[in-house]
Amino acid sequence: MHRRSAFLVTMLCFGFAFFYVPILSMIVYSFNGSRLATVWGGFSTKWYVSLLSNRQILNAALLSLKIALLSATIATILGTMAGIALARFKRFRGRTLFSGLVTAPLVMPEVITGIASLMLFILMAEWIGWPASRGFTTVTLAHITFSMVFVTTIVHSRLSEADAAVEEAAMDLGSRPWQVMKDITLPIISPAIVSGWLLAFTISLDDVVITNFTTGPGTTTLPILIWSKVKLGVTPDINALATITVLIVGTGVAIAGFVLNRAEKRRDRDARMAYQANQ
Amino acid sequence: MAGAHTDTAFQRWFNRKGWINVTIATPYVWLVLFFLLPFVIVIAMSFATRTPTAPPFSFGGEHPVLNTAHYARLFQDDLYVRAYLTSIVNAGIATFLCLLIGYPMALGLTRVSPAWRNILLMLVILPFWTSFLLRVYAWIGLMGTNSWFNKLLTTSWNWLVPTDWALRSIPMMNTNFAVVLVMVYSYLPFMILPLYANLEKLDRTLDEASMDLGSRPFRVFLDITLPLSVPGIIAGGLLVFIPASGELIIPSLVGSARQPMIGRVISDEFASARDWPMASAVSVALLMLLVVPIMLYTHFEGKSHEKRKEGA
Repeated sequence: MHRRSAFLVTMLCFGFAFFYVPILSMIVYSFNGSRLATVWGGFSTKWYVSLLSNRQILNAALLSLKIALLSATIATILGTMAGIALARFKRFRGRTLFSGLVTAPLVMPEVITGIASLMLFILMAEWIGWPASRGFTTVTLAHITFSMVFVTTIVHSRLSEADAAVEEAAMDLGSRPWQVMKDITLPIISPAIVSGWLLAFTISLDDVVITNFTTGPGTTTLPILIWSKVKLGVTPDINALATITVLIVGTGVAIAGFVLNRAEKRRDRDARMAYQANQ
Repeated sequence: MAGAHTDTAFQRWFNRKGWINVTIATPYVWLVLFFLLPFVIVIAMSFATRTPTAPPFSFGGEHPVLNTAHYARLFQDDLYVRAYLTSIVNAGIATFLCLLIGYPMALGLTRVSPAWRNILLMLVILPFWTSFLLRVYAWIGLMGTNSWFNKLLTTSWNWLVPTDWALRSIPMMNTNFAVVLVMVYSYLPFMILPLYANLEKLDRTLDEASMDLGSRPFRVFLDITLPLSVPGIIAGGLLVFIPASGELIIPSLVGSARQPMIGRVISDEFASARDWPMASAVSVALLMLLVVPIMLYTHFEGKSHEKRKEGA
């Protein structure tokens, strides 16, 4: 057994303090009565009231949700296809380029992806007249493109771990590709598809840089709105917004962790029982 | 079992070659159209000439086809060289600090009980799921001259140093220090997670054997744990260094305007100066600088994929 080193425990405490003190400070100051964001002026919930009655913020949040739902769904479909293609089709024309295309967006600096997409959309409007103006469509297209590769990475690694022999056996036993896909491949990768969708959704919801370049007048997502507010200085209602975000995400992650944990335990138990029954 | 006669037209088509073609071609065409084509446009644009038209560029004119003046300007105007240097130095320091803080944390995570480990891992990932912008914003609040954090630091500084050096507040905002601090804060999970994944797989019996043979814990760390965790260090380091060097949001919000990082230069050239060719040339040059780390990263990623496949 290893003795727990005092140094490692200290570093863990320090690290988690580093992670959470800024967030806690933000939560505390969201209940600050003072207009000055850094001076304590008594307990108050007025920033929540002003936040929830702020039409602009609510509309931006709704727009961000719509774009995130749409782009995550399309990105998941495209990304899953690409993941299956890479993991199961060993040889096809242009495979090297394809695998480069699904890795490059992961490491491309966002500024470059942003200006590249904007130039494409402007030139497309010049050449073929579509998309006519920048806004919902162009932002969604850009989000799909850079979030689908995250889905591909997750699906690809899940399928590489799974045994292709199961699918081959089903084929040998007379299943058609459609049945194999429906009954074996998709169930195997379904957890990867779910986490891929969640990741794509969060990435889209959180994106500033690429949205900043590809959006047009009238299409203000929540991060773009926060970005323009924060550039002007600290405003207390952003503290309230941050607190609500942390609350939603925290609950979501806790529930997801709990459900996954229970599912895993149940699977372990079932596997054990099946094993004992066979003995 | 569904007989062939009950198959729909879609299933019949799918069962023949159709599904393979569609599964490959759909994402392929999408990525060529929306990722490769824009990238080719950036490269072509870097050789264009800026014009006062809309869109603001043209080819030909006094520079037949290829105009390399923008690349020449990268070296002539020291704004660009300094911005590249600032970016690389800031990203390098941030990566090193992430390693310094992240390594002991990742190692600590492998030593706690499984129940605690799950909770702590979730706590590492949690900030990553909250908004990036709001995490930068949290630090703007902390670093301001009137904040409790700044006052705390100022008080400890004044207590520590002779009275002549006393400060009224510590100027943190709009400095490279602020940029590095916030980058470390934002990218630390990217360092911890690959390191943890690597350290968790190490064979503990090696440590025990070396302890039994009389090595002190720190010697065991230097001789066994550290060399075996090099792949994790490389993966984590690149995951921090690559996005940090092209970072736009953090330097724009907390950085110094006089010493901009390259991401901000690209954005300003493009949006404020409307100089598309120059912005493209700066981008291409940034990619040239990053090409070695990016190649390294894809190489190691590919290798770990292969290994996982062999293990399966």
